[in-house]
Amino acid sequence: MKPVNGTDFYLLDDLLSEEERFTRHSVREFVDREFMPKVRQSFRDARFPLEVIPGLGKLGVFGASIEGYGCNKVSGISYGLMMQELERGDSGLRSFASVQSSLAMTAIHEFGTEEQKNLWLPLLAGGQKIGCFGLTEPDFGSNPSGMRTTALKAGGHYILNGSKMWITNGSISDIAVVWAKTNKDDPKSIKGFLVEKGTPGFSAKDIHGKLSMRASVTSELNFDECKIDGDHVLPKTGGLKSPLTCLMQARYSIAWGALGAAMACYEEALGYARERIQFSKPIAGYQLVQERLVWMLSEITKAQLLAWRMGTMQDNGSLKHYHVSLAKLNNVKIALEIARSCRDILGANGITDDYQCMRHMNNLESVYTYEGTNNIHTLILGEHITGIKAFE
Amino acid sequence: MKILVTVKRVSDPEAKLKIKPDGSWIQTEGVKFVVNPFDEIAVEEALRIKEKQTGEVVVVSIGEKVVTEQMRAALAMGADRGIFVNYTGSYDSYDVANILQKVVEQEKPDIIILGKQAVDDDMGAAGFMLAELLGYPQAAFASKVEISDDKKKAKVTREIDGGLEVKEVELPCVITADLRLNTPRYASLPNIMKAKQKPVKEVTVDALGAAVKPRVTVKKLTEPPKRKGGVKVESVQDLVTKLKNEAKVI
Repeated sequence: MKPVNGTDFYLLDDLLSEEERFTRHSVREFVDREFMPKVRQSFRDARFPLEVIPGLGKLGVFGASIEGYGCNKVSGISYGLMMQELERGDSGLRSFASVQSSLAMTAIHEFGTEEQKNLWLPLLAGGQKIGCFGLTEPDFGSNPSGMRTTALKAGGHYILNGSKMWITNGSISDIAVVWAKTNKDDPKSIKGFLVEKGTPGFSAKDIHGKLSMRASVTSELNFDECKIDGDHVLPKTGGLKSPLTCLMQARYSIAWGALGAAMACYEEALGYARERIQFSKPIAGYQLVQERLVWMLSEITKAQLLAWRMGTMQDNGSLKHYHVSLAKLNNVKIALEIARSCRDILGANGITDDYQCMRHMNNLESVYTYEGTNNIHTLILGEHITGIKAFE
Repeated sequence: MKILVTVKRVSDPEAKLKIKPDGSWIQTEGVKFVVNPFDEIAVEEALRIKEKQTGEVVVVSIGEKVVTEQMRAALAMGADRGIFVNYTGSYDSYDVANILQKVVEQEKPDIIILGKQAVDDDMGAAGFMLAELLGYPQAAFASKVEISDDKKKAKVTREIDGGLEVKEVELPCVITADLRLNTPRYASLPNIMKAKQKPVKEVTVDALGAAVKPRVTVKKLTEPPKRKGGVKVESVQDLVTKLKNEAKVI
């Protein structure tokens, strides 16, 4: 697998600051040298290559939207470009970073006490500790306010009962941010809890048989009369809007990340089409193939502009959740279609792991579904532009 | 210990380059530029020496304003400060050595490390010329550098045909970095942020008192001839005849 230089048809590099280009370069080099040689075997073995995490921590990738607490706050675009480069490697790698930074660290930073922040954020930023985020349940995906997990107050502590599903990093986490109702009949009573690995009554079990995101840990978390100290609650959380704040940041990173997967596929298909000879000329010389390649390039270029603008809006404070919904919806959708199209161009070779496109294609099926399905983002936007809610 | 390192801006070695229609130089539009990979190795070695010995790493770049981007990339790796020699005309390796000589006279570093060559024109001459102009000992194509405990000497291992040569040179000296000297570090986010604040001194060739009089000029660039397709031979006898008479290899 050849390293790619990045697709930049509209000279968008001119829109980036030197700092943003340097950041992208560092992460790109890291992914090429440290991660790419491992990705194929990791995907085959359904194993996340944990050994790359200390290096990413040293680079300063985790929590890069947070000021202080051992984190290195960078511009929204720098943050996005890092996610793009990680997902150019594999969606599983970017997912790790999204969950660690956007979900676990954002939750602690936004809603935690000073003690909680000082304890956990430097360790998570350095990659010495791993975090996860438990919101989704077996029966509640798009509708998290229906969650059944409860944390009922009993004296100075809480008793956690219930289970969480599809939790990235679940079984390898040192700290889980878990969302539960403190009153089982009231969605407004949802609060966040910090549950440490090894807490009695807490167990995590990996989900096997995945055909997507194989180089990523996905788990189920179970809580059975799990006793949580009172100082492990995130005090500033209240209702579903708390986890949704974290999700907005994670969706932001997905919109950038999907571009990385799309670029990796496009560059691979372009290179293949130029060299693969059928009927005496390279298949890139046929109109049907050219049409696909041109379509991919134009979709990537549009998605890049969308991501770039989203980054500038993040920095000037004008970015709203529905803007992020549009970018997540669009960029993941085109990335998935590009990956499928690339697989097609690569013919039979495209189904093997000698090439990247099918791995990206399978991963993107998860990315399409998680952090708000394509349908849910469509309905969020539908509600925003019409003023009428199509779901409860 | 003060270490001076040179950083040259070169076109991305991965890029497919095109020559300008008049053959004067390459087309630079849309081409990405990077730190010369051998200079990146030189910067890394300087940082490693500094980390063991304490001291300062100073980066010097020559050219138009754009070269400061590659200089700051070296600062983002961890170098302490930069010297930007602003010069827009053409120059050859000897001019570079002349300019660097003046910088060395001002800075008085203990070690000067250059990449063994720049990957754009592959001249590989400036390091030798600089050592000669300064009258310093030199160790070119270094694959390992060890500084003596008294900080007066450097033991430099060089890869030569069929083995290794170990040289000892007195400081101050000139070293040129070969590919296997080290693997350059990734610039971390905190260092990228810090690089913006690091001092860069801008000087002109005139202020340095260096004479720039290119003795070598590029007359013309041309593409390598297109490769022709091979032919199939009918028999072994044909092959032998062709190897004898056309290829003239047997």
